[in-house]
Amino acid sequence: MSNIPSNLQYTGDHEWVAINGNLALVGITDHAQDQLGDIVYLGDFPQPGETVEQGDVIGVIESVKATSDIYSPLTGKIEAVNEELLEEPGDLNGEPYADNWILRIKIMDKSEIDSLLDASAYEQLVED
Amino acid sequence: MVPFAGWAMPVQYAGIMAEHKTVREAVGLFDVSHMGEFLVEGEGAESFLQGMVSNDVSVLVDGQAQYAVACTPEGGIVDDLLIYRRAAGKYLICVNAGRLAEDWEWFHSHHDGDRDGCSLVDASERFAQLAIQGRHAEAVVQALTDIDCSAIEYYRFVEGQVAGVEAILARTGYTGEDGFEVFFSTDQAEAVWSKVREAGVPFQLEPIGLGARDTLRLEMKYCLYGNDISTETSPLEARLGWVTKLAKESDFIGKQALLDQKESGVKRALVGFELKERGIARNGALVIVDGEQFGEVTSGTMSPSLGRAIGLCYLPRTHSKAGSTFEVEVRGKRIPAEVVKTPFYRRPY
Repeated sequence: MSNIPSNLQYTGDHEWVAINGNLALVGITDHAQDQLGDIVYLGDFPQPGETVEQGDVIGVIESVKATSDIYSPLTGKIEAVNEELLEEPGDLNGEPYADNWILRIKIMDKSEIDSLLDASAYEQLVED
Repeated sequence: MVPFAGWAMPVQYAGIMAEHKTVREAVGLFDVSHMGEFLVEGEGAESFLQGMVSNDVSVLVDGQAQYAVACTPEGGIVDDLLIYRRAAGKYLICVNAGRLAEDWEWFHSHHDGDRDGCSLVDASERFAQLAIQGRHAEAVVQALTDIDCSAIEYYRFVEGQVAGVEAILARTGYTGEDGFEVFFSTDQAEAVWSKVREAGVPFQLEPIGLGARDTLRLEMKYCLYGNDISTETSPLEARLGWVTKLAKESDFIGKQALLDQKESGVKRALVGFELKERGIARNGALVIVDGEQFGEVTSGTMSPSLGRAIGLCYLPRTHSKAGSTFEVEVRGKRIPAEVVKTPFYRRPY
């Protein structure tokens, strides 16, 4: 059974989003890490300061068996990449939430937040 | 589960990293029943095989196995295979599942029972095959048979009872570990699988899927047909010269082309490389030599044993020495790579 914290918001592409004011932390869900298996690489991120639109590819995550894109859940400006996590991408298999966010984005269009899924909607999506 | 050469096969059970580690540190069990088996029997069998494969079949003694390739007249590789000499004039050929149809067509089209003095049978559906690989493999197999496993040397085999069924027990494998591959009747597959798992409990034996099979073989630079070798690559280019006996008396298909290639100089060589920066170069990533595209990565992964991104590709012969540098293009980004000595991994026992 996949861990889906109720205090986060989600995308259909299996990212989670934690919103605090106009900042969003973005990571991948427990379901995503489980599907990917042993994660060995995170990279190909935009530079901090770059603007990305909702749905843009903002990085790549690779496991031993597969490569998967990470999509921006919101339009905004890239603030930071979690450098510590890049050194130990396999940590995502143990804990995909909390400190193991991947990117921090400054939200530029708050109206898009409504398009994210809440935990129960995401749970429904995973079960389907 | 994924479709593989017409079979439904597990990519992983517990996870590729965990399974890889199990084989490197304990022992793993692989169901490789998808592999094909041909039987070549009759007094002309040796001579027929000598004409079909690159290696020198005449040096085999009863109970010995040999790695070889079958070539096209142009010197490309039809398939890589193992030849088991069960007795004089009695051979079993183990071929890749993904090449079974092509191999059968190839062997069959070159075979004439009367002329060659031997029969050729596709017995693939009769044989199940399990591989037990890892440092505890001998202990696990020994618990299931009266055959003295310690007396079976590398690339030798014995026929007898294993787990209560008639079997061919060979000390071969595709992982770089000590281990055995066991052939037996298909209808016994589930029973033997269960018995091996039971015998493996004290040794932490776990089932291993296709994913770890690939990372294990890649760390050894064992070729995967369709990735690293094909009809477009010669065994000399693939650095399989050691199974290509151009000096053997018998003519074999492709021999002349390979002699010519050797004479004029092999232009490219299959090498092992490591990435010098973060990233993974998988099959299909572009290989850039001196700023120009030379080919593609044929196999690549994150090595679970080394924790580094490794891979195989063809490079110009002049560029193929350990220490040579080139680039690999991954998603439009060029990553520096360096040719390294292979195998990437050596077992510590």
